[in-house]
Amino acid sequence: MSPEHWTRPSRSEDRGHADETAPAATSAAPTREQVIAGLRATSEGGADLVQLLTPEGQRVSHPDFDIDISEQQLREMYRDMVLIRRADREGNSLQRQGQLGIWVPLLGQEAAQIGAGRALRPQDMAFPSYREHGVAWCRGIDPTELLGIFRGTDHGSWDPNRTGMGLYTIVIGNQCVNATGYAMGQKFEGMVGNSDRDPNANEATMTFFGDGATSQGDVHEGMVWASVYDAPVVFFCQNNQWAISEPTERQSRVPLYERARGYGFPGIRVDGNDVLASLAVSKWALDEARSGNGPVLIEAFTYRMDAHTTSDDATRYRMDDELQAWKLKDPIERLRVYLLREQIVDQGFIDEVQNEAEELATRFREFCLNMSEPPPERMFSAVYADESPVVAAQRDEYLDYLSGFADAGHDTEGSVR
Amino acid sequence: MAAPTVETTGSGTTQPQTITMAKGLNMAMRATMERDPKVLVMGEDVGKLGGVFRVTDGLQKDFGEHRVLDTPLSESGIIGAAIGLAMRGFRPVCEIQFDGFIFPGFDQIVSQLSKMHFRSQGKVKAPVVIRVPFGGGIGAVEHHSESPESLFAHIAGLKVMSCSNPVDAYWMLQQAIDSDDPVLFFEPKRRYWEKAELDPTAEHLSMGSSALLRRGSSATLATYGPMVKTCLDAANAATEDGNELEVVDLRSLSPLDLGPVAESVRRTGRLIVVSESPPESSVTSEVAARIQQECFYSLEAPVMRVNGFDTPYPPSKLEEGYLPDLDRVLDAVDRSLAY
Ligand SMILES: Cc1ncc(C[n+]2csc(CCOP(=O)(O)OP(=O)(O)O)c2C)c(N)n1
Repeated sequence: MSPEHWTRPSRSEDRGHADETAPAATSAAPTREQVIAGLRATSEGGADLVQLLTPEGQRVSHPDFDIDISEQQLREMYRDMVLIRRADREGNSLQRQGQLGIWVPLLGQEAAQIGAGRALRPQDMAFPSYREHGVAWCRGIDPTELLGIFRGTDHGSWDPNRTGMGLYTIVIGNQCVNATGYAMGQKFEGMVGNSDRDPNANEATMTFFGDGATSQGDVHEGMVWASVYDAPVVFFCQNNQWAISEPTERQSRVPLYERARGYGFPGIRVDGNDVLASLAVSKWALDEARSGNGPVLIEAFTYRMDAHTTSDDATRYRMDDELQAWKLKDPIERLRVYLLREQIVDQGFIDEVQNEAEELATRFREFCLNMSEPPPERMFSAVYADESPVVAAQRDEYLDYLSGFADAGHDTEGSVR
Repeated sequence: MAAPTVETTGSGTTQPQTITMAKGLNMAMRATMERDPKVLVMGEDVGKLGGVFRVTDGLQKDFGEHRVLDTPLSESGIIGAAIGLAMRGFRPVCEIQFDGFIFPGFDQIVSQLSKMHFRSQGKVKAPVVIRVPFGGGIGAVEHHSESPESLFAHIAGLKVMSCSNPVDAYWMLQQAIDSDDPVLFFEPKRRYWEKAELDPTAEHLSMGSSALLRRGSSATLATYGPMVKTCLDAANAATEDGNELEVVDLRSLSPLDLGPVAESVRRTGRLIVVSESPPESSVTSEVAARIQQECFYSLEAPVMRVNGFDTPYPPSKLEEGYLPDLDRVLDAVDRSLAY
């Protein structure tokens, strides 16, 4: 691959139009207008956007990324998106009802996450941020397992080794360097570039972060390391246009996918509201990584349709028009229209999935309401692998202190007030 | 460092008014920005949103985007750039969104900010203020409730402050901004909405002094930040058992003004040091060690400490047990009195 085309996948090298469509930002300092256009081309995401399903639900082809996808897979991805959205909405209402301390909504980002998540193989590893409920779903983590973090009973209950998904990371960008290290380990253990006949012979890592995160040193350092070690890591940036109140142009003056060129690996912008494109591009990128070609950056161009979290007030910084425009590009709606129009599914299927979603929501809610409080000794457990005498002494003293309240007729569970 | 004069506080009034701590901090920034065009406010979401706690609310609207900067999402960038701006004569006031997010900027604070003056032997000053909402008690997820102040108190060249009430918030932050030294300014986030009367014409203490808040004869409580209110409440409750507790608000964690604590201990003979942070190698260790040394013959009991634990901050359902509360403070008082 020649350097001029590093912002594109290798198969597009022979495509004549590559340079015509490349934004001016790559060659000379862009004008303010070009910056805004490139960063926030809110209708299409720019000329380089990979799309396979239009907002109107029309299947379109792409010279580099077309995929064969069975009707069964299409139905499954529709189901994935509907179910995870429903769980997400239930998370929001549980927070409003005081059952959760906070909820981080995924609304609008279902296609980006399900596409990427379904491209991962069981032996791959995912390093998430904190909004990756759809990725978790694809890794076999039941949505109820997310609840502890937001209800405040744990910091994540799933086993990263068993599920192939790290715990949620709250400090922005931290996970990108960890993902690179993990991917280096996959490579050092000989798990890249092996015969394609055994699909389990190769592994890759995918890490998820936001557009705001790209300003952090850790994300930059992760990309530097990944490139110099050819680590099999895919950087999956969900550009949902906002970092709390700050728009993408507060973080960058070039479209984010173009930054990959500076690190020496391909960067691709995909329509993050198009589950087919997200799947296709992610598959391609993971295959690049698995085959030993090194890292890829994917910018999933999408939109955060809800507030940043349930503690945020998006009306202070965001125009309603913008939200309305993006609603027309709803990731679930466009797949539904396509599936119905092509008679891949009938209304019965749509209703069935909706019923299943309601059942999930009920189960999710009941689980939340029935969660037990962690016992006080949980505070001291597993601080170290080797038990610390200091922590053990503090635990014993604290439990002893609590039992004093029990003698005085107080409640030993939780509150000592 | 000149104490700010009352006439220039700008924010409308010299009349007494009831304010929250968040408002006091906001008024402090506004006042310094009005009298010194070199004062900048910078951080994530501090502009249009007014900060996630709304402490910078309205400042960008009134002072513009070049005085109140919504920065890229990078703490090393915020602090590193603030150092450069300070070298150019500006006085940046940086907001770190939550305690747990200061660490991407830790290197800049420790390697550059704290050493600039010493390394250049005074030729370069770094008047940077870093505001950090800190501590627990708000039911948040990981990294939003930590008390990392001891890490900074350990670094030579930094001043470390913590306010505990709206009036101090108003004065101490102005003094911090006026100081030519770098200041780490810890704000007890769970006290942001607590109110007090501010009389802008009343006298105020220097930010480097600790303050005796309550007199008593039984024992001394020394504390700071969010635990000041807890200790005052404990002192009120202690009267039911016939105990009169003195309460000292340390205010300045580095340098420590231990004079008022020592005087108090000489009166009461007993000291309990209280903070939310893990106890090992902390501000409370420092106070205990020095008072033990200075007041050995006045002490009737070993200095007690009430802290969080030497564990990572727990999930929020457990934080009530982690955070010292009135009962844990009184328990330590009882143990001290039992000697
Ligand atoms: C190091 C650090 N600084 C600040 C924060 C506070 N914070 C949480 S989310 C967020 C915005 C993140 O935006 P982006 O990376 O675009 O991801 P998004 O939430 O939009 O998915 C900020 C500033 C944090 N979590 N970590």
